[in-house]
Amino acid sequence: MQALLVLFVMTVLVFFGVNVVGNPVYIFASSECTQACLNAIIADLGLDRPVYEQYFVFLGNLLQGDLGRSFTHGVPAIGLIWERLPATLELAFAALVLALVVGLPMGVYAGLRPQSPLSRIFMGFSMISFSVPVFWIGLILILVFSVRLGWLPAIGRGDLVEVLGIQVSFLTLDGLRHLALPTLTLSLVMMAMVIRLTRAGMREVLHADYIKFARANGIPERRVVGVHVMKNILIPIVTVLGMEFGGVIAFAVVTESIFSWPGVGKMLIDAISVLDRPLIVAYLIFVVVMFVALNLLIDILYSLLDPRVRVGAGAR
Amino acid sequence: MTEAVVRPSRLSLFIANFLAVPSAVIALSVFVAIALAALFAPLIAPQNPYDLMTVDIMDNLLPPGEQGYSGMTHWLGTDGQGRDMLSAMLYGLRISLLVGLASGLIALVVGTMVGLIAAFRGGWVDAVLMRIVDLQLSFPTILVALILLVILGRGVDKIIFALVVVQWAYFARTVRGVALVESARDYIEAARGLRLGSLRIVLLHVLPNCLPTMLVVATMQMAMAISLEATLSFLGLGLPPIRPSLGLLIANGFDYLQSGRWWISVLPGVVLLVLIVSVNILGDRLRDILNPHLRT
Repeated sequence: MQALLVLFVMTVLVFFGVNVVGNPVYIFASSECTQACLNAIIADLGLDRPVYEQYFVFLGNLLQGDLGRSFTHGVPAIGLIWERLPATLELAFAALVLALVVGLPMGVYAGLRPQSPLSRIFMGFSMISFSVPVFWIGLILILVFSVRLGWLPAIGRGDLVEVLGIQVSFLTLDGLRHLALPTLTLSLVMMAMVIRLTRAGMREVLHADYIKFARANGIPERRVVGVHVMKNILIPIVTVLGMEFGGVIAFAVVTESIFSWPGVGKMLIDAISVLDRPLIVAYLIFVVVMFVALNLLIDILYSLLDPRVRVGAGAR
Repeated sequence: MTEAVVRPSRLSLFIANFLAVPSAVIALSVFVAIALAALFAPLIAPQNPYDLMTVDIMDNLLPPGEQGYSGMTHWLGTDGQGRDMLSAMLYGLRISLLVGLASGLIALVVGTMVGLIAAFRGGWVDAVLMRIVDLQLSFPTILVALILLVILGRGVDKIIFALVVVQWAYFARTVRGVALVESARDYIEAARGLRLGSLRIVLLHVLPNCLPTMLVVATMQMAMAISLEATLSFLGLGLPPIRPSLGLLIANGFDYLQSGRWWISVLPGVVLLVLIVSVNILGDRLRDILNPHLRT
């Protein structure tokens, strides 16, 4: 219910906000366009009606799953989003996986041996990747790996393979090469966060009674860390990563525009530069919906990982 | 005869604490050096990059160390319009720092007021304010700032406004938390017992005790603001291109990166990186000293 209210407020804010900007008519009209021709364009785009009427038309359409037509492409905005979404999701998931695969072991190590030089290097790495602006990392990666070394391409998605009707690039060698740099760029911040969270969790959990107990019982260290500790530190990590995943999709805006990755983020920047209002609004509504859905998903995952939440809810 | 017990003042204790960690000292000196360089940019920069009379388009894209037509040596090279990179970076720093400081300060003031009101009014005021804060924090900062700039257009004032909008909620939440903890303490109880006015209690007794925490949050937020401004400028949404900040300089250099002219993008980026890292280290250290219980 509250989620619905948030959605409603956001549609109002976004719609009115975006509709105060500029005048898209002049973008479409050629220079020799007369007033009559201008009026035709205005009527065609639905801009001649008062703003609040435009909003109600928009809201009515929204409830039917129609987010308006893109000014520049002349096709439904929602279709454009669906078309571009797989590219963004592929990038975001690849970044998430990379962050976990690399960050988790680093964090575990740093938690187990907080004083070792390697741990300090890991923490320094995490500090720096936290601080550096994402776009600059992207530039440096392009400079090193594609301009200087010429190993990896810097632009586009490469060869695509169709899986279940969705085009993906991680199944071809060329696609993987194209995926490498944007993924690394996008995952660094998340990786830094995983390292920190894991380390903090490790240090807390390692002092807990049940870990001492497990050790006293002669359970091998590998199993203590791999099962008993891991189970408990995963909860905060999943929560934070889940919330961050929305942020990753937002930051994909930056990564995508650097690497010309044809996802929704690049689409947004292009739409902003030509003031394609319906497309901007559609993207924002889409992001809001996605956020609300993500939060729901985190709650469900949470109860799967932490039985206490389920028991608590049942008892109430 | 009893010897007077020399008790170190809180400030000197704080300074001694701070100086105990070498990385913090280095970070502080780096930050001060950068800030001074930005402040005195017109005096130390070899060229005024905004003055079209001194900039020669014939000097464009010179690599670092090359001499220009006027006989001036460009130690860090020149950009696409023939501007001396060292000068452009010094002037760019001013804008980046100004945006970071101004937005941080305004957000601090706004957030603190909201946080204090929420903590002391309680009830529905608190509930409504905190709901707004939650809503604000649930959206990624970059997205909110991006949208605001789309609506507002370009300009230094506009980007500061956008950054304040995305930052105030952090301050509000933190201040509310600290204020609630403080107002439950005995000395506030005592002040209430003395029938001091609530405005006086809030401003003179609670607020000073919130300051350390606010300082920590402000430092972290300033680093974030500088980074965010650079990102937005890079996307072409932040500042007008005539007076480039560091982010815009990097963006300008991006076009030349593919042809191997690395210095235009890389050098401002290094400065930006050093600046942000040093502010972050400072923030970390401040947090460790001022509120040990916040340690992660």
